This record gives sequence, C-alpha cells and structure tokens, in this order.
Amino acid sequence: MKGLYCPLAHSRPDIHRDSEVNSVFDSIQIRSRTIQSLTTTDYSMDLSVNIGKLKLKNPVMTASGTFGYGEEYADFVDLNLLGGIVVKGISLKPMEGNPAPRICETPCGMLNAIGLQNVGLKTFLRDKLPYLRNFDTKIVVNILGNSVQEYVRLAKTLVDTGVDGIELNVSCPNVKKGGMTFGIDPRSLAKLITAVKRTVSSTVLITKLSPNVSSIPDFSRVAEDAGSDAISLINTIPALSIDTETWKPRLANVTGGLSGPAIKPIALRMVWEASQAVSIPVIGIGGITNALDALEFLLAGASAVQVGTGNFLNPKATIEIISGLAAYLRRKNIQTIGDIIGGMKGTKSGHNPDH
Amino acid sequence: MYKIFKAKVIDNLPLNKKNYLLTIEPLDPISEPSPGQFYMVGTGNSFDPLLKRPFSYFRKTAQAIQFLYTVKGKGTAQMKALKPGDGMQVIGPLGTGYPKPPKGYIPLLIAGGIGIASLFSLAECFTKKPSLIYGSRCKDDLLILNELEKLGSELITCTDDCSFGREGMVTDVLTNFLDSPSSKGTSYMIYACGPKPMLAAISQIALDKHIKGYVSLEENMACGFGACLGCSVKTGKGYKRVCKEGPVFPIEDIVW
Ligand SMILES: Cc1cc2nc3c(=O)[nH]c(=O)nc-3n(C[C@H](O)[C@H](O)[C@H](O)COP(=O)(O)OP(=O)(O)OC[C@H]3O[C@@H](n4cnc5c(N)ncnc54)[C@H](O)[C@@H]3O)c2cc1C
Ligand SMILES: Cc1cc2nc3c(=O)[nH]c(=O)nc-3n(C[C@H](O)[C@H](O)[C@H](O)COP(=O)(O)O)c2cc1C
Ligand code: FES
Repeated sequence: MKGLYCPLAHSRPDIHRDSEVNSVFDSIQIRSRTIQSLTTTDYSMDLSVNIGKLKLKNPVMTASGTFGYGEEYADFVDLNLLGGIVVKGISLKPMEGNPAPRICETPCGMLNAIGLQNVGLKTFLRDKLPYLRNFDTKIVVNILGNSVQEYVRLAKTLVDTGVDGIELNVSCPNVKKGGMTFGIDPRSLAKLITAVKRTVSSTVLITKLSPNVSSIPDFSRVAEDAGSDAISLINTIPALSIDTETWKPRLANVTGGLSGPAIKPIALRMVWEASQAVSIPVIGIGGITNALDALEFLLAGASAVQVGTGNFLNPKATIEIISGLAAYLRRKNIQTIGDIIGGMKGTKSGHNPDH
Repeated sequence: MYKIFKAKVIDNLPLNKKNYLLTIEPLDPISEPSPGQFYMVGTGNSFDPLLKRPFSYFRKTAQAIQFLYTVKGKGTAQMKALKPGDGMQVIGPLGTGYPKPPKGYIPLLIAGGIGIASLFSLAECFTKKPSLIYGSRCKDDLLILNELEKLGSELITCTDDCSFGREGMVTDVLTNFLDSPSSKGTSYMIYACGPKPMLAAISQIALDKHIKGYVSLEENMACGFGACLGCSVKTGKGYKRVCKEGPVFPIEDIVW
C-alpha cells in the first residue's frame, strides 16, 4: 500500500480474512447461483439436445448481438464448452448502425438501438468465421435482409461455407426497413421462410420470432408450416425511456429494444405458448442470467436457450449456466436434460413427450 | 492473468459531498493497466442497477487499484455505500489508453471535472512532469489538489464561478496558454478528458492551431469489452467502439 494516496490510512481497518471476503462474494453471486467449475463428473451427465438435425452438446447458446463474433469473449470463456454460438446479425453489405447514445439502463433491464451495425457478409466470411471455426461448438449465423432475395443470398453463401445453422432475424425493432416487416406479417413471413428453406435444404433453419405480435401461437405455426426447422424467441421488446431533466429520450433513436431480467416472465410465457403450438424445437431467449432461469425455459418447453444481456452482467454466464445445469441434474438424479424439457407440471398439457 | 476478477474494498473515502476515492485490492492475479484504460466495476448483487459501470483507474499500485468517482445515479450511489471488506466484481483493464507522444512533442494535459481521474495516471508516468490545465465548475469540484502539487506538474487551475484559480473555462485558459510567449516554438501534444462539450471545444482549438492530440470519450456501456456495439461513436473512419478502439481517440478522428 506504500505510496497510495489514502488520507485515512491510519484508520483503515485490518484486511479481512479471505473466508469473510468469500462469504461476501457468495452473496454477490446470487445472479449466477450455481458457480461451480466443470468437473469430470459433470461431463458424464447428458446435456445434449437436438435442434432438428443440429446436435448441441448442451442447450446453452449465445444470443445474437450480445456475443460479438465470439472473439470478444475469448478472454473469459472457453468457447469449446458452449452448445452453440449465434453471431451478431449479418447483412449483405456492412451496416453503420444508429447514432449514440445507443443503450441505456432501465430497471432490471436495458434498452438498445444498435441499428444492426455489422461488418457485412464479405468481411464476416474473411475475418470472423475462420476464427470461430477453430472451436468445437456449433456456429449459427443470424441474418438480416431487406428482401426475400437478400435473405436467400445470405443464407446460400453461408450454407455453402458450412455453417451449422441459420437464424432468420425477422424481428429487429431498431431498423426502419426489412426485418420487422417480415416478423409481423404472416404471409410475408411464410414466403420468406419457404424461399430460404429451399436454398439451405439440409442446414438447420431457425426463425427468430418477434414478441411484437398479437398471437405467438399463430406465428409459431406459420414458421412451422413454412418449413422452419426450429423457432427462437423472444427478440427485444420495443420500449422507451425519457430523461426527466432534459425531456429528451435516452436513446438517439428515441425507442429501443428492452432486454434482460425485466423481460424474462414475458419471454417465458411466450416460449410456453409457442411450444404448445408447434412440434418443432423452440429455443428460449429473454433475461436468462443463471442456471435456474435456463431451467424455467426448459420446463416451459424450450429445447435450448440463448443467453443475451446476461453475458454483459457476467461474461462467464454461459459456462456457469452449463455447469449449473449439470449440477441440477445430479442433485435431482435426472439422467438426461431431455427429461426436463416441457416438464412443467400442473397444466393440462404439462409434459410433452414429443420432445 | 484474469481479465475478470474479484476484489475487496480497502477504503472508500469521501473527498466532498459527491466525489469519492475508492481503493480496492484485486484478489486474483491481474495485468497492469496503462494510462487511459478503464475497468467495468460491479458492486451490488441485485438486478437494479443491472450493468457494471465504466471507470478509469486513477492509480494502480502493486496491491491496489484506485478509482476517483462522482456520484451521479443508481450505480454510483451504490458505490458510495461500499465499506471496507465488501466484495466486488471487476473487469479490466479495458480499452486503448493514451499513446506516448512522439519524440520532440511536449505533452499538455487538460482535465475537466472528473476527467482528472483518467489523466492523473498519465501525468504520473512522465519523468519530466507535463503541464496540466485543470478546470471545474467550482472550487469544491477541484479534486486531489495536494496530490497534483506533489506530482510536480505545472498546474493551472480554473473554475467557472471564479472561486479558485483562474477565472473561466479550460478552453480560455488553453488559448491563453498556447498564445503566451513561453509556448512559442513548442510542439504540444494535447491529452484531454472531461465533459463532451469541453472536448469538442478543445478539439476545435487544436484543429485551428494545427496541434495534434488525443481525447478520452465517454459513452454509455453495456459490456465494456467490444461485444454489444452499444458504445460506438462516429469517427472519420466509421463508427468505433469507445470501449475497444477507445476511449482515447486522435482529435482529428472524432465527428462531433
Ligand atoms: C471509459 C469511461 C471512463 C470513466 N471514468 C470515470 C471516472 O474515472 N470517474 C467517474 O466518476 N466517472 C467515470 N465515467 C463515467 C461513469 O461511468 C458514469 O458516471 C457512471 O456510469 C454513472 O452511473 P450511475 O449508475 O451512477 O448513473 P446512471 O443512473 O446510469 O446515469 C446518471 C447519469 O450519468 C450518465 N451516464 C451513465 N453512464 C455513463 C457513462 N458510461 N458515461 C457517461 N455518462 C454516463 C447518464 O446518462 C445519466 O445522465 C467514465 C465513463 C467511461 C465511459
Ligand atoms: C445489444 C444487443 C444487440 C442485439 N442484436 C441482435 C441482432 O443483431 N440480431 C438479433 O436477432 N437479436 C439481437 N438482439 C436480441 C437478443 O439476441 C435477444 O433476443 C434479446 O436481447 C433478449 O434476450 P436477453 O434478455 O437475454 O438479452 C440484441 C440484443 C442486445 C441487448
Ligand atoms: S460497451 Fe459493449 S461494445 Fe463497447
């Protein structure tokens, strides 16, 4: 402590014993309740799940736009441990995104209006994808276009390079054109999915649904009927926050998408509704920060989950969730994670053995 | 070396009503920061506030990291309540700090308000201590003056309300400084940190007078390590992330 400016140095309490400090951390880590490192026994639990033809070693993926292109997390996470990585939405041409400020915090959540800033397909293929290919995990590319043709071109090029899955972003609330229009109009959604599915054929196609529709079951069925192999939900919820000093919106874009723990109960309800409506796998997204959150989504019928904002709170959230799930299975003496999926009790259609 | 680490609070010293000096001891091995870099600091165990907050390191010693902070909203209010022994989670060091001036250039540091937090470590690292222009709203907001004097820099202070040092804004003081006879023939390299309008004004002066330099920017941040693209600012070379390519940018790159 020598040389440190600290006028109260003489009255500084003694350094606490490690055990005391640890107990403080235990309370801090409520967010990720099951912090345990992966042990060999964890691997003996069967955490694998299937999203159509795509076999994930565990049900934990990253949500598009919150995990960069993977490399941003290499300091924190062994990417090999993840079930899958969904990369930031890619468009044909690079996109600049929206002016600042692009994010702000709201109670138990955050708003973002990034505006789909991305490097574009060409740079992604040249600079980003080769890096991701070094890891033993599934790579799903989230794509965004302004027309059916653009989506098809993106999907075709990506599938030709051998990515493991395509996630159709038809639900971004933060760009003027495209995206959302497909997400909220059943007929154009069906047209889009049919066209993309025709091009990607055997590669898994996931449609990411907008929460901004009147009926999640209806849109889920549209996706299933049009040939989507799976659906993922939810994307962020359009929202607003105002600075009462300046009377201005807190985001330059005025509105933004709400994410984080604040949206979890809504997302959970929608995932449950979707999984009741369709027989294709459902991927649950929204406010997941720890293993118990992930379990709720699995119980509601999700075959896998994506972690978004949770990565910002704790860059290691994904791997802590994976070990937390394994610990849970062990504690409950459940052999495979599949036995949990759709297991919510006390509803007419609680357990869905189809999954 | 851990980029995300646990730390415990050693001391959380009030300097006045809204400014504090937090001293923490990292409990994991961490790497050395360089001036201008920052940390994402997480204090509570609730979801409100949700995200960690970015803070420049004020000083780093073998055992401790210090942050100089102003209480603004929820996050910093929670920081203010930290007591010795409390645990916290920190990510860092993050971002790109201040580059060394090329040979023949004399560094000139300009701090507005809490911007001093980021420039102090820079001032400390020069063997020949640079001049420092340091302005704030009022005398009470001029922090750690003792430390700055001990540092041995030529210190020029100013306050908007004339309660201490020279009268007026740092930009007035800067213009006078650059126009004074003693500055003739000197090639300065400006390093500035403070409120955005101040940085914009300094940049204009620098561009007008063909002086090179760097500014350290702030933007709201969600991740702090380049993943969310939430902190991007417009530059002449496209949008750049304050947390990764920044927070320090060449003056001529920023589109104000
Ligand atoms: C790289 C970097 C280094 C920083 N270093 C320091 C430092 O050394 N000392 C210090 O006191 N502060 C520093 N800041 C600013 C500090 O991060 C914010 O004051 C803090 O996040 C406010 O949190 P809050 O929860 O108290 O306020 P909030 O309730 O989140 O917001 C209160 C006010 O602060 C503004 N604000 C919120 N986050 C930021 C932000 N990231 N940058 C600027 N304004 C913000 C909001 O717009 C709002 O007006 C730094 C910011 C950045 C980006
Ligand atoms: C900063 C940020 C950027 C995002 N970018 C995308 C994107 O490019 N494509 C997409 O489909 N979803 C994007 N999303 C939505 C997330 O993938 C996820 O659906 C949503 O945040 C809800 O999950 P969460 O509460 O776990 O964050 C983004 C979310 C955030 C917070
Ligand atoms: S704060 Fe997330 S990219 Fe900068």
